Amino acid sequence: MNIKKPDISPILDVRGMTKRFPVGVFTKSKQVYAVEDVSFTVRRGQVVALVGESGSGKTTTIRMVARLIPVTEGKIFFKDEDILKTEPHQASLEYRRKVQLIFQDPFSSLNAVHTIAHHLARPLIIHKKVSGRQAIHEKVCELLETVELKPAAEIAGRYPHQLSGGQRQRVAIARALAVDPELILADEPISMLDVSIRMGVLNLIERLKEERGISFVYITHDLASARYIGDQIMVMYAGHMVEGGESEAVIGRAVHPYTQLLLSAVPNPHAGLRTDKNSKARGEVPSLINPPPGCPFAARCPQVMDACRQAMPEQIVVEAGHWVRCHLFGAGGRTVKTS
Amino acid sequence: MNPNAVLSPGTPENEKAPTVSHGKPISTQMDFLRRMLSQPKAVIGLVIMAIFILMALFAPLIAPNDPNKYVGLPHQPPSAEHWLGTTGQGQDVFSQLVWGSRISLLIGFSVGILSTILGLVIGMISGYMPGVVDGVLNMFTNVFLLIPGLPLLIALASFLPQGMVTVMLVLTFTGWSWPARVFRSQVLSLREKDFVSASVVGGEGVPRIVFSEILPNMLSLVMSSLFGAVIYTIGADAGLAFLGFENVNIVSWGTMLYWASNSSALLQEAWWTFLPPGLCIALVSFATTMLIYAMDEVTNPRLRSEKEITRVLKKYKIGSSRSTPVIKETLTH
Amino acid sequence: MVGLAGESGSGKSTIAHAILRILHPPALITNGQVLFQGEDILEMDEARLEQFRWSKVSIVFQSAMNALNPVMKIRDQLTDVMLNHGLTKEESAKRAVELFNLVGIDPRRLDAYPHQLSGGMRQRAVIAIALALNPPLLIMDEPTTALDVVVQKDILEQISSLREKLGFSILFITHDLSLLVEISTHIAITYAGEIVEHAPARELFENPLHPYTLGLMNSFPSISGSKHKLTGIPGSPPDLVSPPTGCRFHPRCPKAMAVCSQTVPARKQITADHSVSCHLFDQYQ
Repeated sequence: MNIKKPDISPILDVRGMTKRFPVGVFTKSKQVYAVEDVSFTVRRGQVVALVGESGSGKTTTIRMVARLIPVTEGKIFFKDEDILKTEPHQASLEYRRKVQLIFQDPFSSLNAVHTIAHHLARPLIIHKKVSGRQAIHEKVCELLETVELKPAAEIAGRYPHQLSGGQRQRVAIARALAVDPELILADEPISMLDVSIRMGVLNLIERLKEERGISFVYITHDLASARYIGDQIMVMYAGHMVEGGESEAVIGRAVHPYTQLLLSAVPNPHAGLRTDKNSKARGEVPSLINPPPGCPFAARCPQVMDACRQAMPEQIVVEAGHWVRCHLFGAGGRTVKTS
Repeated sequence: MNPNAVLSPGTPENEKAPTVSHGKPISTQMDFLRRMLSQPKAVIGLVIMAIFILMALFAPLIAPNDPNKYVGLPHQPPSAEHWLGTTGQGQDVFSQLVWGSRISLLIGFSVGILSTILGLVIGMISGYMPGVVDGVLNMFTNVFLLIPGLPLLIALASFLPQGMVTVMLVLTFTGWSWPARVFRSQVLSLREKDFVSASVVGGEGVPRIVFSEILPNMLSLVMSSLFGAVIYTIGADAGLAFLGFENVNIVSWGTMLYWASNSSALLQEAWWTFLPPGLCIALVSFATTMLIYAMDEVTNPRLRSEKEITRVLKKYKIGSSRSTPVIKETLTH
Repeated sequence: MVGLAGESGSGKSTIAHAILRILHPPALITNGQVLFQGEDILEMDEARLEQFRWSKVSIVFQSAMNALNPVMKIRDQLTDVMLNHGLTKEESAKRAVELFNLVGIDPRRLDAYPHQLSGGMRQRAVIAIALALNPPLLIMDEPTTALDVVVQKDILEQISSLREKLGFSILFITHDLSLLVEISTHIAITYAGEIVEHAPARELFENPLHPYTLGLMNSFPSISGSKHKLTGIPGSPPDLVSPPTGCRFHPRCPKAMAVCSQTVPARKQITADHSVSCHLFDQYQ
């Protein structure tokens, strides 16, 4: 699963991405700092898992990369091309072909009034992949078979409500595949599926990565599935990226107090319910409206220092392929603390 | 977890999907029609409507004489010769009723359709386009909603040249804003749905998204808006005619009421001159309302289940209680 | 604490509602007994049921955030149930403060409206309401599914400590089997409306017998230990309108035999506390 790929230029390079929404009842005077200074790269044929709880900004980040919502600040580089410079106002059809998005809710991501065939044929027609009814029908069936939905011809004629959640999600994946994308952004693709169905869908994603070299950004709140499928893991908290790197490093040697908290909270049947040292880090995610300066985790961090409330820490490399943003590791920083 | 837990992977998801019959969107028109026809309300509505439509279509056969012709003494009560008696001008009421249905229904349906289409166009553009376009159109819609309908109708009708086109224009002009508002809300909420975002990400253009993705999801709303517009129009048209703002020489149910009022029909106790047209107007509205109710029930599963509940309770002779009833019966496998 | 694990269509929520007889019509209970401390709930009349509910068995619903009335203060929703069961206003006010202290919320928040509390606090408030009359049994239907994992852990710890302090029993319903293994004493696995296996938690984890249980275990990636490929369970959730004949799991079972599609397997007691309903174990009693 962790085959080392040769180091080639990244397919996606996100730098300093920021998103702020104005809010307020009468005057939109306050701002929601949804995403702040988020940077990460995705290499070809790699799965990058973006992990965070609700309010962490992971969905907003991915919607900006998919160019569904405008970016407040930041740059998106797709294969070294500065996308926001070359197509500032609207995404080009070419970009839409290269970057696809899968949604969390398998029911609402398919239009209830159209057949599965219609859903899959539309991208083919828009991007002029095939033409002619016969060719389209064949390609639709081929796509359905790729995502293991058989009998393809019969399923193509069905409506979304005639399929189960797992099947619908596979259709969503097929739709994304229709345009031969290079990058697929998957927003919590399995969290609304039955437990026993989830692995099938994850294995499908893994297979597409291996067989077709498609890169994935996989968003989840579940560290365990991030570990299963992710080559790299990025941890987000309250709109900021706090830790990231090779998934085994982040999981096995987590250094940021929030990551450690997350790890301790994941149900692990190998051990009983244990109250542990991090119990002081209780509390909830802070409000994103006009937040105070400094690290957003400062309010809950058991190892908080004065510096934490003043400025957001810079990115520090902890070991090869593993970085963190935490004042515990400032210049002349302390030794790596593991959980 | 358990090292023994290795299953041979079978082909996933190649089973027949669960067929769900309740509470899911209706996928085909045939399905929808079938369900509508099984509702008693729909049948009543359709039958009444059909009677009136047939009456309008076959007017020359049913009442072959010119309804404006003077045929007898004024205010004669119903008799074998004149089934609904005569008007204050000595015209045959029945004949007028039958021919009048043509105008009333024509105006009702055409304006209903026109105002729905106009409301749809404005509502959908306003709902889908963010920012300035929405702001302007929305304000426009609100202004029309706030202006009282009847005074506006009267004001417009009084200075425009009299005629059917005027009536149609005036009624459309005052009737589009309510559907526009409703459609705009619906589009606003549908716009946020994932399948719209999926279309955007797929490269779909805006017109196609609006008409091919969003509009089909609004069909039941459009239908019920259309029916509502028909009811409004028939009533408003009758109102305008009654007040004398239409060409009163054209025979319609509304103008019949105008003439009846003009001839002091109430004082004369000539009920046959105003009751039939009034009743017809009411019946057409009633039929349309029945269709709206039926459509509501077909599209909203919760309304349907109310009936099922009472049916089940009756079968087991249980009174309605708050707790789940317990019936010990042998299960048949 | 008994855990009830199952996915969509397994009937786990239905069981919870049926125990309290709060299923919506046209649901009917057609057979069986629900014995609570010797008394059959299914035989109770309306009056006894009203007395019985909340004082003997209470329930925390799935998505309890939505179970709170948005236009009533939390205090009123809490005291509402107490007043209905005969406590005086002073007693219920005092108990409200007591309950909030128990679940770890500042009693000053009693006068808040639900939307003013965070998700985790709302869930604690709902738990407080469920404990209002000190019932011996608490049913919890996916109480933490909608919460973030850190908050979930928090609340589960709170529930555990409350259980130790007050001594009530819990029926914990969830689809997250890994969670159940961590917190419950016994676990029952449901599939398509039937219980297919029942065992103490550790025993189930170490020695799962039913192919469905095995499949479920194979659906949870682990956060520690070696990484190996998981397969989940092929196929789709069962259709409850026309369920499969015989054993309802047979269309998806890798070990299905001819008899599985014909007869429903009987429940066999494998050890004193481990039972399973599967034709693979037909030779047992």
